[in-house]
This record gives sequence, C-alpha cells and structure tokens, in this order.
Amino acid sequence: MAERLGNIIELKHITKTYTDNGFTAVSDFNLEVGRGEFVTFLGPSGCGKTTTLRMIAGFEMPTEGEILLNGQDITKIPANKRPINTVFQRYALFPHMNIYDNIAFGLKLKKLPKDEIRRKVNHVLDMVDLEGFENRRVATLSGGQQQRIAIARALVNEPEILLLDEPLGALDLKMRKEMQLELKNMHQQLGITFIYVTHDQEEALVMSDKIVVMSEGRTQQIGTPEDIYNEPKNAFVADFIGESNIFKGIMTGDKKVRFCGGEFECVDDVPEGTLIDAVVRPEDVILTPPEQGVVEGVVTSVIFKGIHYEITVESGKYEMVIQSTKAAVVGDKVGMQLEPDGIHIMIAEDHTTCFETTINSELNLDFNDETIQCDLTKVIPGSVIKDGELFDDDGEKIDLDKIRIMVSIQPEDIQMSDDLEAGLVTGKIINLIYKGDHYSYVVRTEHGHDLIVDDEYLWNMHDQVSLIMPEDKMKFALKK
Amino acid sequence: MKMVFSRKQLGIPYALFLILFVVAPLFVIIYYAFTNGSGQFTISNLTDFFTNPNTLGTLCYSFVLAFTTTCVCLLIAYPVAYILARSEWKAKSIILMVFITPMWINFTLRITALKEILTLFEKNLAYFPFLNSVIGMSYDFLPFMILPLYTTLTKFDQSLIEASCDLGAGPVQSFLRVTLPLSTPGIISGVSMVFLPAMTNYVVLDMLYNSTYIMGSLIGSYFSAYDWNNGSMIALVLLAIICIFTFFGNNADEESPARGGAIL
Repeated sequence: MAERLGNIIELKHITKTYTDNGFTAVSDFNLEVGRGEFVTFLGPSGCGKTTTLRMIAGFEMPTEGEILLNGQDITKIPANKRPINTVFQRYALFPHMNIYDNIAFGLKLKKLPKDEIRRKVNHVLDMVDLEGFENRRVATLSGGQQQRIAIARALVNEPEILLLDEPLGALDLKMRKEMQLELKNMHQQLGITFIYVTHDQEEALVMSDKIVVMSEGRTQQIGTPEDIYNEPKNAFVADFIGESNIFKGIMTGDKKVRFCGGEFECVDDVPEGTLIDAVVRPEDVILTPPEQGVVEGVVTSVIFKGIHYEITVESGKYEMVIQSTKAAVVGDKVGMQLEPDGIHIMIAEDHTTCFETTINSELNLDFNDETIQCDLTKVIPGSVIKDGELFDDDGEKIDLDKIRIMVSIQPEDIQMSDDLEAGLVTGKIINLIYKGDHYSYVVRTEHGHDLIVDDEYLWNMHDQVSLIMPEDKMKFALKK
Repeated sequence: MKMVFSRKQLGIPYALFLILFVVAPLFVIIYYAFTNGSGQFTISNLTDFFTNPNTLGTLCYSFVLAFTTTCVCLLIAYPVAYILARSEWKAKSIILMVFITPMWINFTLRITALKEILTLFEKNLAYFPFLNSVIGMSYDFLPFMILPLYTTLTKFDQSLIEASCDLGAGPVQSFLRVTLPLSTPGIISGVSMVFLPAMTNYVVLDMLYNSTYIMGSLIGSYFSAYDWNNGSMIALVLLAIICIFTFFGNNADEESPARGGAIL
C-alpha cells in the first residue's frame, strides 16, 4: 500500500476492443501516474492515445483491465461521478450559454451558493486572463479565448486530474507556443495532475514530466522527456521523437559498434556480436575534412533551416542527415565523426516473421487458403509418406488435423509487389522507418497479422501491397 | 442574338408572381375585411369578431385543439427523432421513411382509412369529437414535426453531451440543460408547421364525420354564404396571430447558433 500513496491514478492491463468492428484501439496498457505529475500521451493519430484518455474520463469502458483512482477501482463509475475534468479538442463549449454560465455549469450542478459560484468563476476567469468576459457569447470569442474558457470551465470544478485532449491542435503556431508555457505555469501553480494528449513531439518534450509514447494501441516507452529523447527504447520511438538517423549494425567489441560502413566507440555495454539498431541524432554528427572522419561521404543536399543547415551526406549505400550551423557545398567530400555519447544503441528486436499453418490433403501447408510447398518428412523427424498419407517413425498414421506447422522468414527475404496477385498474402503498409540504407515496413495483412518487411525502395503509407515470400527462404517447424 | 440577363432582369418573373399571387390577394383580403357588403369602409367586422361569443368560442376551441395536437405531435416526434438521430443503426433512414411515406399517400385515402380504424375501437365517434380530432390531426401532421427535429438533432455535436457529463451532469440533466435548449430551433419550426395548420384544417374533421367547428370551418362557412367581408376578417386575424407567433419564434431562434437546417 505504501507505494500507492504517491500514485493518483493507475491503469492496469487496459484493453479496448470495439465490438462493432473488432478493432483493438488499446491493448494491455499499464501506467502509474504520480500526484501532481504532468503526463503526456504521445503518438501518431490512431495510436490509441485519445481512447485511453476517454477511458480515464469515463466516456468509454475498457474491455479488460481496471482503472484505479487513489487506489479505488473506478472502472465502472460513470464520467459525471469522477473527480476528473476534460478540456476537449474542439473545446465543446455550450453555444446556448454565455461565458459565465458555461464556467458555472459544473458548480450549479453541485448546487453551490450563488455568491460562491460567482467568486469561483471570477477567480478562474482571472487565472486565464479573461476578466470581464462573463456576458459574452461563445461565438464572439476567438479560438484562443475559447480554449482558455474551456480550461477555466474544467479547472473551476477543482478536479483531481485534468485531462487535455490535443487542446492546442486548432491554434496557430505562435498562440500554441504561448499556451504551452501558460499551461505549464498553470500546472505548477495548481499542483493538479495533468494528463495531456498530443501528436506533437515537441509539445510533449516541452511540457511533460513523463511521456508515454504509444503506437498501434501499445505503449512503446514511458519515461522523462530526456530519457525518451536520449535513450529511445526502439526504432519507433527514435524515429517519432525528434529527427534521427537509424542504422542496422553489429557490436564488434567492448563498447565498439559497426554501422554505416564504419566502426565507432560507444557508451552502451552490449555483448559482442549482438545485432543492434544505432540511433544518431542529426545534431550529434561532427563534420570533418574527408581524411579525418570515421566514414567518408559526399554532400547531396543542403537546406537552410533558420538556426541551422540540414545537410544530407551519402556514404556508400548509406544516407546520413546532419544538422550543422556551418554550411556545406553540394558535391563536396566530407568526413563524419561521432562522439561515443552521440550514439544510442538499441538491441535489434527479432523481426523474424512467424505464422501458423495447417496441413491440407495434398500434404502441403495451408495459410489462409494459400498453399505453401513443404516437405513434411523433413519437418517431422522420422516420418514417411506412403500413398499420400503421413506416418510417424512408429509406422502410425499421423492425424493431420491435429498438427500445426510454424513458418518463419526473415524481413529482408520478403519482397513487396504492387501486383496483388503476385504474392502469398496482401496487406496495407501501416508504418515505415528509414534505416540508413533501407526502409523497414510494417505491413498489416487482410487477416490482421502485422509482418515486418525490409525493402530498399520507398513505398507510401497505406499502400496496398502483395508480399512475396520465397519458399526456399522459409524455415519450418512443428508447433509443439 | 446573345441572351444576357442581369440579376435584376432575372428577378422580374418572381417579382410578378409575388405581386400577382401574394401581395395583391392580401390587399384584396384587407379590402374585404374592412368593408361591408355594399363596399363602404367599416371596422364592424373586427368588432364583430371580438364581440361575437360564437366566433371567440371557436377561436378558443381551435386554439386548445391545435395546442393539444401540437403537444401530442411533439411528444411522439421528439423521442422518435432523438432515437433515430442518435442511433448508429444502418437501417435508420428506412425507419425515418416509414414515418415520412404516409405524406405521399393521398390525404383523403389516409383519413378515410384512419376513420375506419377509429370506428373499430369506438362504436360512436361523435361522442368524443375532441379526442378524434386530436388523433386525426396528429396523425396527419406528425411527419412535419419529425423532420425538422430530426435535422436539428443529427447536426447536434455529441461532444457537448460528453462535456456536460464530464462536468457532473447525469443523463437527465444533460438532456434538460444541453440537448433540449439546443434543439429549440427544430422544436420551433416543427411547432409552427403543426400548430398553424391545426388551427384551420377543418377538412380532416369533416372527413372524420366530426361536428367540431374550428377557425377553418368558420371561414369556410362565411365564404360559402357569400359573406366575404366577415370571412376575410377572420383570415386576417389568424394572419396577425401567425405573424406574432413567428416573430417570437424567430427571436428565440436567433439566440441559438444551432439554427442551421432546422427551417425546412
């Protein structure tokens, strides 16, 4: 119980599956939020961040898991009985009421005395710098002012947790920056727990105490802004937070790593021979004269970005994006050097694609009605085929309905094609990350499997592709 | 020769139409309302209207009948429109159609059918003239109430309900404080499309073998007796009532930004 004192809200194994289309928006989401923390859910659209927020607010019920507020299960308590208030994406101010009535809405429901309501409303209006707006109608306010009213309307109820669903999304850049700082100040003054949803990584880095990076309904990493930026846990986080160069590589010795055609010193202690993904932030690359760098390359583009230049250097088959305050000339030969702490090593996830198949009457494998040729006698030791039937080493007939064969294949052995008839399965590209010399794609098949495919060519997000999997690259194993 | 018309020229046919069939007849009615049988100016038609207990009685009765009909329509139509607008059911347009299609069936046929149904339930309709007037009119005018309400409620922003719930309101409070006030434009246009016809549409009552006398019947009887002057005055008074009614309706409407689409 002791460790619970600090946590205001805990989400345990939250899963949300919509019954109408079977879509799983959030799966096995776990989070602990400390009292007074500023937590941000960050991720691309459709990653489940808003759904999670809506479950905390009480607008949606999780399919599985529980939500604890101060240690009490509130999973089944309706939104109007939770001490939590929300600032909505489109503000959702009541158009038929003036500003005063909008802010006083929650207080009037609590049947507070009139003068107390007036005092509280005036107080929050003062806090958001909109004194004297009581009698204005919602439609006469600008976007930024409506935003402040929406915040005031939520705060006046003195919630234990304030939820903010992309509250700055509809504002212009300058206004957004101002509001970011104001919200941050408000958070510090009030001491209320803020849970914030955004797809803007910069916003998340600026404002939060803790960031939850989400993708495809799953938590990718939870940590402080510094952790998330400097020590991304996987390629998705590295790619999503800030700009980064991601390379496939291998550990070649004690704190030595080889990638991008060169060998570098690094600070991460990973056993020799481990396959890794190396993340290099563009601002960490040091440009040197050609002969002094670890790797050499040719400048292919230079773009002026205000405070720095964005320089792209091609080195062999690799490409590195660099941010530098000094300009370079396109076509020049340059060297590239990296400080050990400028390299972040992530142990490469096993991206081998695995799927389960059944055996058809011709003694071949059946994967969603597609046939894969396979010599079953090699998969099941000691078995023989006689008269189109399979017998084990004791001469007993094997019941084909009872066994399953697992097929595995490496991401680089799968080819993508836009001829939808060409491959074994078709699917849609739902994610892509550039890894220095090739792209790593996640393809979701029509049957709902997510397969990782490496390809050197650029395909677009949401492209419909067919996956060609050569049978000689497949590995077969009997499912136990 | 090339035919090029300015906007003004294109407006001429419509202006002519309006003058011939709207403005001119209105003046004719005003003329008759303020003259007697021999064509001399008089306000006796007006004083007659407000002193004749018969006319006033009919006015009150029509008002009560129209009010009851409107309430019945509203009570049936609001839940229907609300459920249809809120549901994510694919077949909801078909359900809406079921309510709307009777409008496409000939009016005479519909009322005759309704009469037969009512006869099944009640041997002698004439004993309950008020009740069967309300049933007949509600049946006839119900689609006019459902449609504007449905249009308003489908455009309703669901996040407002969530906001109200978030601020502590239960489902009933959310409905009373947010949904209902924001659907007033729909209610107003629905009410004006049911209430005003219900004051005057005596054909429904006639066809139901109903002896009830409403404003429409009164105008009809004056005109069939060639008393155009009194008939016109009654029409004019009704017009004034309508004008006052719509004036207040529109004012309430302007208060609400959600008015779009509610006026059919």
